[in-house]
Amino acid sequence: MHIPVEGFMYPNEVELQWSVLIVLYPFITGLVAGAFILASLERVFRVQAVKPTYRLALLTALSFLLVAPLPLQLHLGHPERSLEMYLTPHRSSAMAMFGFVYLWYLMAVLLLEIWLDYRRDIVLKSQTAKGLPRLIYRILTLGSDVLSDRSLRIDERLGYFITLIGIPSAFLLHGYVGFIFGSVKANPWWSSPLMPIVFIFSAMVSGIAAVMLLYMLSSRLRGKQIDIRCLDKIAQYLMYTFIIDFSLEMLDLLQRIYEADESFRSLDFMVHTRLWTSQVIVQILLGTVTPIALLGLTQLFSLTESIRKRIYAVAGCLTVIGIFAMRWNVVIGGQLFSKSFLGYTSYKMGFATREGLLTAIILMILPFIILWILVKILPPWTDEESISASEAIPVHAAS
Amino acid sequence: MDITRRRLLVLLPAAAVAWEFVRAGTPESAPNYKTSEHWWGMLIDITECIGCGSCVRACAQENDVPDGYYRTWIERYHVTDYAIERPQVESPNGGKEGFPMNEDSSGKNFFVPKLCNHCADSPCTQVCPVGATFVSPDGVVLVDKNYCLGCRYCVQACPYGCRFINPKTNTADKCSLCYHRITKGLTTACAEVCPTGARQLADLKNPKDPIHEYLRTHSVQILKPHMATGAKVFYNGMDGSVR
Repeated sequence: MHIPVEGFMYPNEVELQWSVLIVLYPFITGLVAGAFILASLERVFRVQAVKPTYRLALLTALSFLLVAPLPLQLHLGHPERSLEMYLTPHRSSAMAMFGFVYLWYLMAVLLLEIWLDYRRDIVLKSQTAKGLPRLIYRILTLGSDVLSDRSLRIDERLGYFITLIGIPSAFLLHGYVGFIFGSVKANPWWSSPLMPIVFIFSAMVSGIAAVMLLYMLSSRLRGKQIDIRCLDKIAQYLMYTFIIDFSLEMLDLLQRIYEADESFRSLDFMVHTRLWTSQVIVQILLGTVTPIALLGLTQLFSLTESIRKRIYAVAGCLTVIGIFAMRWNVVIGGQLFSKSFLGYTSYKMGFATREGLLTAIILMILPFIILWILVKILPPWTDEESISASEAIPVHAAS
Repeated sequence: MDITRRRLLVLLPAAAVAWEFVRAGTPESAPNYKTSEHWWGMLIDITECIGCGSCVRACAQENDVPDGYYRTWIERYHVTDYAIERPQVESPNGGKEGFPMNEDSSGKNFFVPKLCNHCADSPCTQVCPVGATFVSPDGVVLVDKNYCLGCRYCVQACPYGCRFINPKTNTADKCSLCYHRITKGLTTACAEVCPTGARQLADLKNPKDPIHEYLRTHSVQILKPHMATGAKVFYNGMDGSVR
């Protein structure tokens, strides 16, 4: 495949190493961290307004977290050796340590919190459901089917404690992804101490926007009224987080422009040419300034409910697109210029290849399929009690 | 023997670690070679390089380097007197077939052979998630292709563009300083064929190696010293425009 090159690249640099799949990876983990942080608002900070999205946010986080390793696996030259990262990790490698951060987050935080939160429902359903669902719920109880007041109180307390641990863990999860890029000193586009912080805030932005959109969409599909108080609150958080995120990114940019070190001329040229559309148009103008302005409108003016909903939908979509563009510009942009600062290469994405567009699309659809299944098994809705405690008799309620 | 569940839980990880060592195998024997007695590097004299490309061809042949990838390559610099920060650089096919005549007589032209710098504090080995790439006790940065995941993090981390993913093995590949040769008392393939002696293998631990006298009497530099990688490829006569 001929790759157009401009100026001089070191001969081994012409081919890009990290493809669109590696763009998906920080994008997906960002959605996970952001969704979890939104969920924790209700649990830890007692923001009652966002309660309708609490469980949905947790299930969204889990759906995306389960898919997060797939783009990495597909990208590896030897996926069959990937477990070596756990068996014989190289302690100085940011990437090796990330495996443990991921496992910690999946096993110790997310799965445990979801299980504790749903345990009561699972136990009740294991008693009322029939056939295969009954078996599934019985397995999901993990043998813990006591629903006494005391045990429910323990669930609640433990859940709260795990959320407390979960918040720094979510920060760690995505901040660490930022560190994987930010610690590469050979690459001036990546190497920045601000990278983990920018990644954390952009994760929160994308996760909040995604849950907001999913909440709106699921309400519409279920024919239920959207809780506008909840939506207003989420949109407010989205705007504040986005302003912090944008400020940090602009701070980084201003510093680079003012310092204008040896890499600046090369990077500046790249932004004005190869990254102009994806960075300036899509990420900054369409994906950041426009949604912040739209969300700002809803704060400044008293708009009707239906207009606000429309604005939130548009702003949410633009935000998710903008954050995806940000990941693209970090990952792909960081490989388009030569480390000699004398030339540029191009990224040509295949279609039906192992790391092509089709694979990326399938990987992005997969979390939604998982979410659909999870929602079927563990309904997250607060506006309908699919099963009431009176329908079933707790087995060990008296114990 | 009775094996309790607890005992099994202890034994299994231990067995997994032991299995890793068994799989790793033993290194190729080199009976008269002691790694602790060497610390390898290379000296490149830019003033001597004529850009013939023999080194690139020899390296490709010796190490079975696939077409389009380079364990070593040559760059030709063209620098005018007012644009030292913007040199014109080219490396057609890594300089494998030499270079076409440069008609531009303004400024200066020179060749810069490049290869892995075998850094003592190498950023590529630092980032490898499984330690498949490492600095050997005698100072050579190597890759274990039977262990490498092919994650490409090391390729990103190398400031000099020396690494690539070998399409035959799907693992990281780079200059090994002809480790299979130098451990048998030979020099590298590139230094062997260089018609002007522009490349010299250097053993920094050997007090009799002429490198010591050379480093004392010449102004040598390393590439990108601000990266603090502990590069061990020394360049004599290197212009400030080289990067």
